[in-house]
Amino acid sequence: MSVSVLVIGAGPAGLSAAVAAADAGAMVTLLDAGDGLGGQYWRHLPPERSSVREARLHHGWPLFERLRERVAADEAITVLTEAQVWAVETTGAVTVRVLVGPADAAGREPLALAADAIVFATGAHDRTLPFPGWNLPGTFSAGAAQALAKGERIAVGRRAVVAGAGPFLLPVARSLTDAGAEVLGVYEAARPLHAAKGWLARPHRLLGAARKGPELAGYLGHHLRRRIPYRLGAAVVEARGEGRVEEAVIARLDADWAPVPGTERTVAVDAVCVSHGFTPRLELPIAAGCRTGPDRFVLVDADQRTSVPGVYAAGEITGIGGVDAALVEGRIAGHRAAGGDRSALRADLRRRRAADDVARRIEAAHGVRPGWRAWLRDDTVVCRCEEVPYGRLRDTAAATAQDSLRSLKLTTRAGLGICQARMCGRTVEELTGAAPASAADTSDQRPLAAPIRLGDLAGLATTPHGGKDTQ
Amino acid sequence: MNADVVVIGAGIVGAACARALARAGLSVVVLERGAAAGATSARGEGNLLVSDKAPGPELDLALHASADWPRLAAELADELGAAFPSVEYQRKGGVVVALTEAGAEPLRAFANGQAAAGVAVEHLDAAAALAFEPDLNPALTAAVHYPQDAQLQPVVAAEALLASARLAGATVLTGTEALGAVRDRAGRLVGVRTRAGDIGAGAVLVAAGPWSGDAAAALGADVPVRPRRGMVLVTARMAQRVRHKVYDGDYFGATQSAAADLQTSSVVESTPGRTVLIGSSREQIGFDDRLRVEVLAQIARRAVRLFPFLADTPVIRAYGGFRPYMPDHLPVVGPDHRHPGLWHATGHEGAGIGLAGVTASLLCAQLTGTEPPLDPAPFQLARPSLAAHLGGTP
Ligand SMILES: Cc1cc2nc3c(=O)[nH]c(=O)nc-3n(C[C@H](O)[C@H](O)[C@H](O)COP(=O)(O)OP(=O)(O)OC[C@H]3O[C@@H](n4cnc5c(N)ncnc54)[C@H](O)[C@@H]3O)c2cc1C
Ligand SMILES: Cc1cc2nc3c(=O)[nH]c(=O)nc-3n(C[C@H](O)[C@H](O)[C@H](O)COP(=O)(O)OP(=O)(O)OC[C@H]3O[C@@H](n4cnc5c(N)ncnc54)[C@H](O)[C@@H]3O)c2cc1C
Repeated sequence: MSVSVLVIGAGPAGLSAAVAAADAGAMVTLLDAGDGLGGQYWRHLPPERSSVREARLHHGWPLFERLRERVAADEAITVLTEAQVWAVETTGAVTVRVLVGPADAAGREPLALAADAIVFATGAHDRTLPFPGWNLPGTFSAGAAQALAKGERIAVGRRAVVAGAGPFLLPVARSLTDAGAEVLGVYEAARPLHAAKGWLARPHRLLGAARKGPELAGYLGHHLRRRIPYRLGAAVVEARGEGRVEEAVIARLDADWAPVPGTERTVAVDAVCVSHGFTPRLELPIAAGCRTGPDRFVLVDADQRTSVPGVYAAGEITGIGGVDAALVEGRIAGHRAAGGDRSALRADLRRRRAADDVARRIEAAHGVRPGWRAWLRDDTVVCRCEEVPYGRLRDTAAATAQDSLRSLKLTTRAGLGICQARMCGRTVEELTGAAPASAADTSDQRPLAAPIRLGDLAGLATTPHGGKDTQ
Repeated sequence: MNADVVVIGAGIVGAACARALARAGLSVVVLERGAAAGATSARGEGNLLVSDKAPGPELDLALHASADWPRLAAELADELGAAFPSVEYQRKGGVVVALTEAGAEPLRAFANGQAAAGVAVEHLDAAAALAFEPDLNPALTAAVHYPQDAQLQPVVAAEALLASARLAGATVLTGTEALGAVRDRAGRLVGVRTRAGDIGAGAVLVAAGPWSGDAAAALGADVPVRPRRGMVLVTARMAQRVRHKVYDGDYFGATQSAAADLQTSSVVESTPGRTVLIGSSREQIGFDDRLRVEVLAQIARRAVRLFPFLADTPVIRAYGGFRPYMPDHLPVVGPDHRHPGLWHATGHEGAGIGLAGVTASLLCAQLTGTEPPLDPAPFQLARPSLAAHLGGTP
């Protein structure tokens, strides 16, 4: 009998894991909460409005098409889209609870899935540090701007700036201009020295990471062609406007990311797009019992195995290394999860080393530095769902002599809202000095990975071991 | 370091006791192995109920607590000032509902018994119940209003008690576990060992919630506290349609029963954060915190039966904790009769938030030899109903 492999997430990592597992002879179920395949990277127009321009807009589009056609055609691979994993149970075999159907609909079909092996490939969401005015309409996370540009061909504004940190700023600027916006500037918080240290110490390694080198070169070329200023060591430190963004305040930053006084200048804009890196979506692996490392990614060994037997992880949840890392990790995870032989993986193991190197460089060059707090004001909202301002967070932490997230969440309501601290969790931890690595509670834990209607929960069939309903 | 009293545990019970003792003029050191207000006291709800308690010592304690919290909440607010978050004390009243014919009569009888014991009770017919709670399932068969039922924000309450304790001079050492006893030559308990050194103590108070058994064992004693798992669901924010604390009458069955298998009742309440909290389950499964979807489903089924409109409401969070549970369903508040110098304040099961203040008064009075707010005898470790659960004297 062939091995069953369940792959959760159909971005680059999940797609390549599914294909590799099928190649190694497994029966595969691939599921994703989204209504299409491709994840964050290959986000595209829905099929009924497909465009010949996708290939130009996406690096590696032909590869995506190959993967997509393969998972559709292969009888050994069952694909479920609009399949939201909302909980993971570990009381018996690791069991994944799924609701299948449109995200906001009532009465989605419930599934409980277990398999010989599970591959988590749930990716990351982009992280935005707060700054005064970031909650004004017209301010977007770069990821949201990117998603609208790639998925809907909508530009979030006519005159935009892109700011934050990391190589992701460049593709965002590019998508915006492709969707018709004028991008007035890209502001990268890392200073030239850090960027150079991260990227230039061993340039051959960078080029060795299959596509990342040429891809970055392509973005830079695009910037030059479009004459978009690309400034290192600068940030949007405030957005201003009556009811919506009208201007962005840009300042130079020191090496710690603290604004250099006197360097502020304002630019008239109608959109500000910011991204300060990525936060891995860890709730499912954590719920499955997988250990995470001090850097807060899922710990995996050379075979992409997590600390839980039969559970693998690949892609951004194991480190932010970009699409090439995701693809190669997915292949290794899928192949090994299916029981494939390690000797077949030599080339992939080499590629992963190069990809790991890229991940380290990104972190070294663009990792968040503590000086950013200097641009906060007392009334800067930190948690947008519950509208908790920085001053209240700081004062409550002082009044309760508290640095643990659990208490602070409940005394300030920061992180208790609808996004369940996906947006602000790490920011709150940094601002209050919480030490998540040693804490029992971190903002990464969410036993419910997605909202579920009470009616749907109530409608779940009673399982025999669940005890009796006393009614 | 030395103190008159070392308190083990900075949950709400330890915090309240530390405050009372420090305000009585004693020097107090609180040891907390994790973060303050981070364990059970941050994993439950904040009901201060008289409605779920049968006549007896726990109801007496609850009636005291119910009378005392308005004063305590006001005192804390005064002392800590406007910058401190509110403990959100709300005496919003409870409405207990039966939805079956079989459940109606026991609920009425239970309420009449409570009325005789001094609880304010108002029987409601269906129309009156629906006037109280317009979105309630109209198929209800009996309903009782308990105006004394109240609620608090448990974590703010614990933090406020602790902040007040600090202002009265108590020292709180977080990240500091009580590892064992320091004894004098005669073998008498004179302090607590920690990784940061010994702390000399005139008295040691175990207020370690569901871990009190282990904490006492480290000091060479035993106390039969066990964990009883409970889960709570939280909805997304919404326009508030639940006005009181509303629950089905099965709650009594669950709190008063010692059965180990899963029991749920739905206590539905809205919070000032505009969410609805739905609790909770009761299971004796040790310290097993693995998620069980069936438990959540059962809580949801009961909630939707009470308030059908909730079926469309999204749940955004589920959390749970371990109630510190005594085999005879009464907390222990007083000295350890076998170990001079050792005291306990623990075992409050599902009522420790509401009962923390009165527990502290009762403990402090016994320890300082002043007049207790009520008879401490039923809460002694030496009570007959615990005899079978205790080891002998050393
Ligand atoms: C908004 C955004 C835009 C990006 N755009 C670019 C870009 O243009 N260029 C670039 O080089 N890099 C981009 N990145 C980085 C990119 O994420 C990685 O390079 C790559 O996509 C990582 O692949 P992955 O397979 O690990 O994760 P992802 O591509 O993120 O795929 C994860 C998948 O898991 C699914 N999933 C997660 N949780 C669940 C659940 N509970 N139930 C069911 N399914 C679930 C998600 O729906 C998603 O489809 C972007 C990242 C983000 C967050
Ligand atoms: C789901 C659920 C719902 C509930 N609903 C309600 C309700 O509505 N109303 C109500 O009144 N009560 C409710 N409760 C009960 C209430 O939460 C508890 O009774 C109360 O929190 C107990 O407080 P505590 O201080 O005794 O324990 P805890 O809050 O657990 O504090 C004990 C502390 O001791 C520490 N500790 C343990 N061992 C050591 C050691 N060796 N050294 C140092 N520190 C140590 C722990 O880290 C912990 O912080 C509920 C509980 C649950 C689980």
